[in-house]
Amino acid sequence: MTDTAWIDAALTSARPQAVGALLRYFRDLDTAEEAFQNACLRALKSWPQNGPPRDPAAWLIMVGRNAAIDEVRRNRKQAPLPEDAVISDLDDAEERLAERLDGSHYRDDILRLLFICCHPDLPATQQIALALRIVSGLTVKQIARAFLVSEAAMEQRITRAKGRVADANVAFETPGAVERSERLVVVAAMIYLIFNEGYSASGDAVEIRRPLCEEAIRLARLLLRLFPGEPEIMGLTALCLLQHARAAARFNSAGEVILLDDQDRSLWNQQLIAEGLALIDKAMRHHRSGPYQIQAAIAALHARAGHPEDTDWKQIDLLYGALEVVQPSPVVTLNRAVAVSKVRGPEAALDMIEPLAGRLSNYFHYFGVRGAFLMQLGRHDEAGIAFDRAIALANSSAEAAHIRMHLDRLMRDGGSRGTTVAKIEPAPVGSSPGRSSCE
Amino acid sequence: MLYAILCYHDEDVVGSWSKEQDEAVMTKLAVVREKLVRQGRLGPVARLLPTTAATTLRKDDPPLVIDGPYAETKEQLLGFYIIDCETLDDALDVARDLAAANPGGAYEIRPVGTFMPGGALK
Repeated sequence: MTDTAWIDAALTSARPQAVGALLRYFRDLDTAEEAFQNACLRALKSWPQNGPPRDPAAWLIMVGRNAAIDEVRRNRKQAPLPEDAVISDLDDAEERLAERLDGSHYRDDILRLLFICCHPDLPATQQIALALRIVSGLTVKQIARAFLVSEAAMEQRITRAKGRVADANVAFETPGAVERSERLVVVAAMIYLIFNEGYSASGDAVEIRRPLCEEAIRLARLLLRLFPGEPEIMGLTALCLLQHARAAARFNSAGEVILLDDQDRSLWNQQLIAEGLALIDKAMRHHRSGPYQIQAAIAALHARAGHPEDTDWKQIDLLYGALEVVQPSPVVTLNRAVAVSKVRGPEAALDMIEPLAGRLSNYFHYFGVRGAFLMQLGRHDEAGIAFDRAIALANSSAEAAHIRMHLDRLMRDGGSRGTTVAKIEPAPVGSSPGRSSCE
Repeated sequence: MLYAILCYHDEDVVGSWSKEQDEAVMTKLAVVREKLVRQGRLGPVARLLPTTAATTLRKDDPPLVIDGPYAETKEQLLGFYIIDCETLDDALDVARDLAAANPGGAYEIRPVGTFMPGGALK
């Protein structure tokens, strides 16, 4: 017999396609969601008895559509209630129905569903919340938990976001090639935001937010299945996989950050790494580089290094150089400086970040990295000042604790020159300076 | 007689399994495998990575590389190779050599996630 866990997995995987198609029919998010909910309820009743349908998404779309139309009729009191047999007797109709569901709609339905969550009027946090609710089907409670806010606050945030989306008049016509590729860029950015919400968590939030990383990977794979020839979507998927592969090694039992150099690499997930490396190989064949591919290539160089000293910092320096060209940002330069410190020493690295001081004057990682370079140069007093500033700017207690560790080492080693080597963790490129990891 | 058992499922659904669900299935499968190993009846077993990681070589002249899995349904699966390669390009080179020896149809090149070499067959 079908067990409910299987049904849950089937409903989750069918959701983007089914809600996307229902949205195309009804052109209203609430109606589409409600129709899908109704279809799920019927599935929970029908599937354990009759067995799962051959095409769950097609089944859910048809049942959901009928249920919503009935609802409209019922409200108008124009037609009698439909007989249950009409709805439940779907097995014969299913095959023809699956054919009728035009294959060409499939891609645009899902893309549209993802795209409406990325409306430019919506702040990033609302985009993510909306996508997790509508596309992924997480409950408001689950999302509220991941964002460390109350359920009521999250409910309100999602309702507000839906209101804006409804007012925005998203085009329901099949998009042209240019519009489709524009949508793709926006949706990819939103998926990476979801990933970073999970990845940038620290302390107690690590476990709570890990599902966000997994959900982002699921969405990235989904997008890649829809657009199998897009190298940047390969890069995005690879980037998420390679970063997430280190999840088990990134924090100690107290929730404190473990730096890349100090991580137990045997804890890295080799399956995720293999998938990420395969995707980068695929992307490179296209010779159409982009920010996700470059960042994924950097993550791949870390993933390929069995020991920290095997890391190809020279290549990482070059890749950050390429990233500076396609996506210039002081945070990228800051990351490049870390690679430069390994290749050409802390003096050159310090010179490189000096011009960033103005733009990153409120950025935790800037002062952490600066302090580390100064410490390596034996300029301990200046290093201490930089570390103090970093602690003041830390976004989490884990970040502050990490810098305090450097400070303690400074105090312990006093002025003895060059005895300590600060280790440096590159800053997350996806985040912008001054952005806090949670609201 | 040797038989190959080819595994089919909706990868969206399998990808939606929780880690616990996935592990539970793998544990149950391991029990079946161990019995076969003891009997000397199990050869290599592979769990493939998602089709999004696949590349297809259409054996036209010249062969054409396409992103994604082999999607046609009018041809049938006739065999498979397991090869060890550093990069996708190396794997494609091997596939091109095979294609030169046996034109027509296509090869899907899919990375292997888990590989169990199995025991010696009786």
